[in-house]
Amino acid sequence: MDNRVIFDKTTPGRKTNYIKKPDIGIKKPDELLPQETLRNDLILPSLGELDVVRHYTNLSRLNFSVDTNFYPLGSCTMKYNPKINEELAALCGFLNIHPYQPEESIQGALELIYNLEKILREITGMSRFSFQASSGAQGELTGMLMVRKYHKINKSKKRKVIVPDSSHGTNPATSSMCGYETVVVESNKDGLIDLDKLSQAIDNEVAAVMLTNPNTLGLFEENILAISEMVHKAGGFLYYDGANFNPLLGITNPALMGFDVIHLNLHKTFSTPHGCGGPGAGAVGVNDKLLDFLPCPLVNKEDEKFYFNYKVKHSIGKLRAFYGNFSVLVRAYAYLLRLGKEGLPRVAQNATLNANYIKAKLKNYYNTASSKSSMHEVVFSCVKQKERGISALDIAKRLIDYGMHPPTMYFPLIAKEALMVEPTETENKETLDYFIEAMLKINKEIDDNPQNIKDAPHHTPVKRVDEVKAARNPDLRWQCKKIGA
Amino acid sequence: MATLKFSKTHEWAKIDANIAVIGISDHAQKALGDIVFIELPKIGAKLKANAQFGTIESTKAASELYSPLSGEVTEINKELLNNPQWVNESPFERGWMIKIKVENSNEPSSLMDEAVYKEFAAKEAH
Repeated sequence: MDNRVIFDKTTPGRKTNYIKKPDIGIKKPDELLPQETLRNDLILPSLGELDVVRHYTNLSRLNFSVDTNFYPLGSCTMKYNPKINEELAALCGFLNIHPYQPEESIQGALELIYNLEKILREITGMSRFSFQASSGAQGELTGMLMVRKYHKINKSKKRKVIVPDSSHGTNPATSSMCGYETVVVESNKDGLIDLDKLSQAIDNEVAAVMLTNPNTLGLFEENILAISEMVHKAGGFLYYDGANFNPLLGITNPALMGFDVIHLNLHKTFSTPHGCGGPGAGAVGVNDKLLDFLPCPLVNKEDEKFYFNYKVKHSIGKLRAFYGNFSVLVRAYAYLLRLGKEGLPRVAQNATLNANYIKAKLKNYYNTASSKSSMHEVVFSCVKQKERGISALDIAKRLIDYGMHPPTMYFPLIAKEALMVEPTETENKETLDYFIEAMLKINKEIDDNPQNIKDAPHHTPVKRVDEVKAARNPDLRWQCKKIGA
Repeated sequence: MATLKFSKTHEWAKIDANIAVIGISDHAQKALGDIVFIELPKIGAKLKANAQFGTIESTKAASELYSPLSGEVTEINKELLNNPQWVNESPFERGWMIKIKVENSNEPSSLMDEAVYKEFAAKEAH
């Protein structure tokens, strides 16, 4: 394929004239527009229409998505997004409403937000939700800003936030954004929170402990109730990073585990599309302690009418314009209605089963980061492969040749040569077997033809890139050569 | 005569009188892989032992740098900021990061000497 950008494909003077020149008088731009708004220095490419069509059609064929291929990117929950979600989000009653419309004219949209909140409350055990945040990270920030304001109003001197060393990078980042010092607690041998080390780290200055459960190694924190007791005794909050909520759906919930404030990634667990900065939705749920701190507005109901409630006593304010990414909420609601109470636990069970199937088939060839049983994802530690000269990165690159998205690499940081595989519940056995077979072939290829792995990928328009050079001397912008020069 | 000491978080300190030069160990640079970015404190910053003094980023991950000793930063390796690969090429010489004026002369005794550290690092690799 010709990989040049469209500007490099230009031939001065070339164009396609399918439309006949009009026989009426045409005004030139400088007759219509003020002089200072006119420019002559834009270097636009000249191409025939067919060249342009081929250029963009070929680019579109390079798209890689869960709609085209297996995408086991750990911690991202790249499940299939049912197409019915898209159809419903595109209904003109949802699509064509405007945020400045009067409340009376958008009662249906408000009812949807209200009902979605009701379902999420039931699933998580939380008291209320805000849908302002447009990503998981922004959801975290929302949650921790509420924690900070709570402590401020109650005049408790808190300066620290505790995270485990297996945490998502966004957790310490959120803590820093809120002005707290982050204290990292080491995990124990099994990859779970070390209770002794946690109890040493907890004191009255701890504002919150931020946890993911199951954690980033895909393990359920068995001591969650003891952890919850410790944090609460010290006057801190327990924050739930909902990135890994998928395997708990309809089985247990964060409230039962003692979490006070949570975020859910609707674009992960609830099947709304991911990627490229959104649009996502980080729904933030709180228990009664933080009710008065939620961002406004909330959607309330009174006398069979839905309305925006801006009267939240200690509200942290707004996180973004209007009410969040509404069309994402429509998709999540459609997904939940379709699955119902019976369907949700099956999602959790199949996600867990699929991860453990891969683990069982590969564990004799690739070490696992923990001997404990996995939930929705399995972390392999490719140390045996590394000893034979092939790194987790090489394996990830070679998987691309099999038409699969590489798993998350080198995360969590506590696992060496980590490959974090999250198949999700929506993959069938044949796909899982194909992945397993590819991993076994690569393991064998290490002995037969290691150079072939080091040079991978072979079947992509862009071959192995120099990641070190790209990071040290990034060349981020295509620069225009003067046409004809 | 300078003494070389190591912390559990894989930083080294070369201590001569009350000045300590600080960097990361050969084991640490190997584990991190190709270093692409380093962030160091300002001269005059007051560091506490075991507290973060900077950030180091490789193609794999970003990690914190922890000071093995308490003290005030007297010098930083400015050239290293533009040549992060020196940490890989020469972790104990050109890859030094900061110099500090040691605050507590008893602190170095809590660190590991080279033989003990080598054993510690070898154990951690498995």
